[in-house]
Amino acid sequence: MEGDGGKGQRLVALCMLGFLTFNYPVLALFNKPLLFLGIPLLYAYIFAAWALLIALMARVVGRAGS
Amino acid sequence: MLQGWVVVLASFAYLGLLFAIAYYADQRADQGRSVIASPYVYSLSLAVYATAWTFYGSVGRAAADGVGFLPIYIGPTLMIALWWIVMRKILRISKANRITSLADFIASRYGKSALVGGVVTIIAVIGILPYISLQLKAVSNSFTIVMQYPEIVMPAKVGALPVFQDTALWVALILAVFTILFGTRHLDAAEHHEGMVAAIAFESLVKLLAFVAVGVFVTFGIYRGFGDVFSRASADPALAPMLSPLEGVAGSYASWVWLTILSMLAIMFLPRQFQVAVIENKDERYLDKAIWIFPLYMLAINVFVLPIAFGGRLHFPGGSVDADTYVLTLPMAEHQELLALLVYIGGLSAATGMVIVETIALSTMVCNDLVMPVLLRLKRLRLAERPDLTRLLLAIRRGAIVLILLLGYLYFRLAGEAYALVSIGLISFAAVAQFAPVVFGGLFWRNATRRGALAGLLAGFGVWAYTLLLPALARSGWLPGSLLEHGPFGIELLKPLALFGLSGLDQITHAMIWSMAANVGAYIAVSLSDSPSAEEHRQASLFVDVFRRAGGGGARFWRGTASVPDLQHVLARFLGATAADEALREYARARGRQWPDERIVADADFVHFVEVQLGGAIGSASARIMVAQAVKEDALTLDEVREILDEASQVVVYSHRLEQKSRELEAATAELRTANEQLKELDRLKDDFMSTITHELRTPLTSIRAFSEILLSDPMIEPAQRTKFVTIIMKETERLTRLINQVLDLAKIESGRADWRVARVDVKEIVADALAGMAAVFDEKGVTVTTSLPDHVPPVTADLDRLIQVLLNLLSNAVKFCEPGRGRIDVSLSESDGHARVDIRDNGPGISLADQAVIFEKFRQAGDTMTAKPPGTGLGLHISRQIVEHFGGRMWVESRIGHGACFSFTLPIETVPVGAHRA
Repeated sequence: MEGDGGKGQRLVALCMLGFLTFNYPVLALFNKPLLFLGIPLLYAYIFAAWALLIALMARVVGRAGS
Repeated sequence: MLQGWVVVLASFAYLGLLFAIAYYADQRADQGRSVIASPYVYSLSLAVYATAWTFYGSVGRAAADGVGFLPIYIGPTLMIALWWIVMRKILRISKANRITSLADFIASRYGKSALVGGVVTIIAVIGILPYISLQLKAVSNSFTIVMQYPEIVMPAKVGALPVFQDTALWVALILAVFTILFGTRHLDAAEHHEGMVAAIAFESLVKLLAFVAVGVFVTFGIYRGFGDVFSRASADPALAPMLSPLEGVAGSYASWVWLTILSMLAIMFLPRQFQVAVIENKDERYLDKAIWIFPLYMLAINVFVLPIAFGGRLHFPGGSVDADTYVLTLPMAEHQELLALLVYIGGLSAATGMVIVETIALSTMVCNDLVMPVLLRLKRLRLAERPDLTRLLLAIRRGAIVLILLLGYLYFRLAGEAYALVSIGLISFAAVAQFAPVVFGGLFWRNATRRGALAGLLAGFGVWAYTLLLPALARSGWLPGSLLEHGPFGIELLKPLALFGLSGLDQITHAMIWSMAANVGAYIAVSLSDSPSAEEHRQASLFVDVFRRAGGGGARFWRGTASVPDLQHVLARFLGATAADEALREYARARGRQWPDERIVADADFVHFVEVQLGGAIGSASARIMVAQAVKEDALTLDEVREILDEASQVVVYSHRLEQKSRELEAATAELRTANEQLKELDRLKDDFMSTITHELRTPLTSIRAFSEILLSDPMIEPAQRTKFVTIIMKETERLTRLINQVLDLAKIESGRADWRVARVDVKEIVADALAGMAAVFDEKGVTVTTSLPDHVPPVTADLDRLIQVLLNLLSNAVKFCEPGRGRIDVSLSESDGHARVDIRDNGPGISLADQAVIFEKFRQAGDTMTAKPPGTGLGLHISRQIVEHFGGRMWVESRIGHGACFSFTLPIETVPVGAHRA
């Protein structure tokens, strides 16, 4: 889009990354009856990846400024 | 403290507080000090996405199948990343066209079609009813449960109580009154509800706080942290499979994907989300913050869902308590009365927030896109002639709010019992997802037409109703169950839950696949086989190219005659006289005029302005009808619209070309300027040269003439004297000749017309010849010459005579500056880097650095030429260097004052092919 310094493209890339992160087959890798630090592996993975994705999005919009 | 009166009082106190916040925010807005003009408030208002579904239903869903609730919140996180591209475009378009709702947006895109707006409105209202019924169910259930404290009793089945004893009905009515107070106290020309947004943002904080509080209590109060809850759950055979639930309990990955997509669409196309994200947005730069704050909110409100779900299942084994109520019943079972009250208020927050915004958005759509277009077309009502319609508009909206909530209640009575909270909500998600193709298509696909949009919407909605709404009614016993089991009329292929034999999927996935296929298919197929009208073509261009057009370009498309008073009249009827005046003053101010001013005429700009203002109040489709009635228009044909659009794009192309040309012109000008400066410099040099040479010629001429006159006038002159004078005359003549020869020589060399006799030349031989030629002079001056010549140096390619000229010049220069009797000249020849090098060193006074820089120029000589004119013409070194450089060599001088000078030159060995040629 006009004059956004590639921000839009980076965000689209993050969206696609997120779509892969929260889908088969990546999700299946963590879908195991294991506990990670006392938390089921699948839950730990989803929440950690989710938080990371948000941090990356904040970084993209924050760095490019407005 | 959970007595009934406390709960009722707390509920009303909370609603009162919300109203106070809204009132305060409205006041501030009127003073121009908006409290919602902040990216943080904007982000919080987006969190109206989290409703009672999130607050109560997520835990219920998690208790049934683990992570199955999460796609609903991950989807929006992914979608909001695309907002930078999609939402910014929608915001631009909506601001330029004063869009009032989702239906208005879609109708406006497809040629301001009232029909499209109406269809969108009907789909939205019917589609959202289950969602509203969900909120009513959640609020009435939570109220009923809290009232039973300290017992934990599940509410009676819906329908077991008479209608007027049903809490849900009262909830619906109270919320209707509350929403009317909130959203329709006055008519805002721009559909901004600042008070509502402020209250919604506050509610988002309350529900997050309440949910996190109960989460912390369950996780750390009842249990000893996350690890404790999960390890107990994994020890329970009934719960252990839910720790890795994706294959087993939650169905398949397919449903996970579809839920993600569904929620990605819901975050954009739920009418309330469109309302807060687009209509109430004050600045598109808020996206910068919202893009990460809103997902963060989603993350925060979901962290404790799983611990509460597992905690609840461990706490209430056997399913005696509905998992949808764990959030409330866990604190109650632990006798945390205050926390239970907070949770109840949090749930109320979540539900009221949704209901308020959703019904306001829907009532705007019903009023602007369904009722008004019909009323305005009914000539019998003579509506267009009534002086003030604002009261009518408000009445329609208020009626719509009551109607929508009562319909929501009706759905709750009809079908509310068959599903859990989340499943009810998903039916609504699937309904609004039907708007996705026409909106995304409308934003980026120019050729999508009105009929295509209608076909897509109707097809998608039809399939939705058949595969989701029908089964919901059938399951509740309102339609025969055989419809689901065997299909209509016993046709198995048409079974609503396994259409065309597609089975093995969950209901939502099944419905989404078929409805999207029908929707997108019909939309594209009909659009492609259709040709758009002029109005559609124009609107399509305004939407798709919004970033490429400066300002709203709408006015360019109007042609006709109108009068200012007529239009002012229309405006006043719908906005009220004060608001209309204010708007017109704004219009005049923007053009540097006062209002009223007879110079303001009803031109295309003015008509467009009025239509946009009207659109802000009654939607674009109705505004179109009103303006068309008030003015005399000449309809533009499709070709004319195309022409205008083409002109616009032509202008863009031309201006690009113009820029290109002017850049080229600038470059050419710069080149010319440089060339001109070079010419001037040359001209100046030439002038210098002329004056110098004139001076050089005059000096000998003057002395020749002086001596000749003496000889002529005095015949008695002594012979010795006479001889002396004649000798001087001869020498001066020689000097003149030399000078003229050199000038001619130089002119030839510089103009490239010199004759060069190029041949292989042995430098050693030439040096020897030159030294021999100068021997007499050396003797005369008493100069000692030493040479260092190697035995053999490869030949160079040069002009023999010219090269000798160079050597003689350098040698005579050296002699000139040597002190008579004590002079020493070293001549050496060497070979290095493929060059022959000659150095001629003298022990004269040396040359200062400043002189070294200029002595190779014309008529520049070392020393002070004003006081002591050195012998020579001042052209020798210049010509020598020209000659050396002509043969690819280099000439330079090294010297220090008092230590003599060393002139050197090099010539490349055998580079130019042998043979005479003219250069």
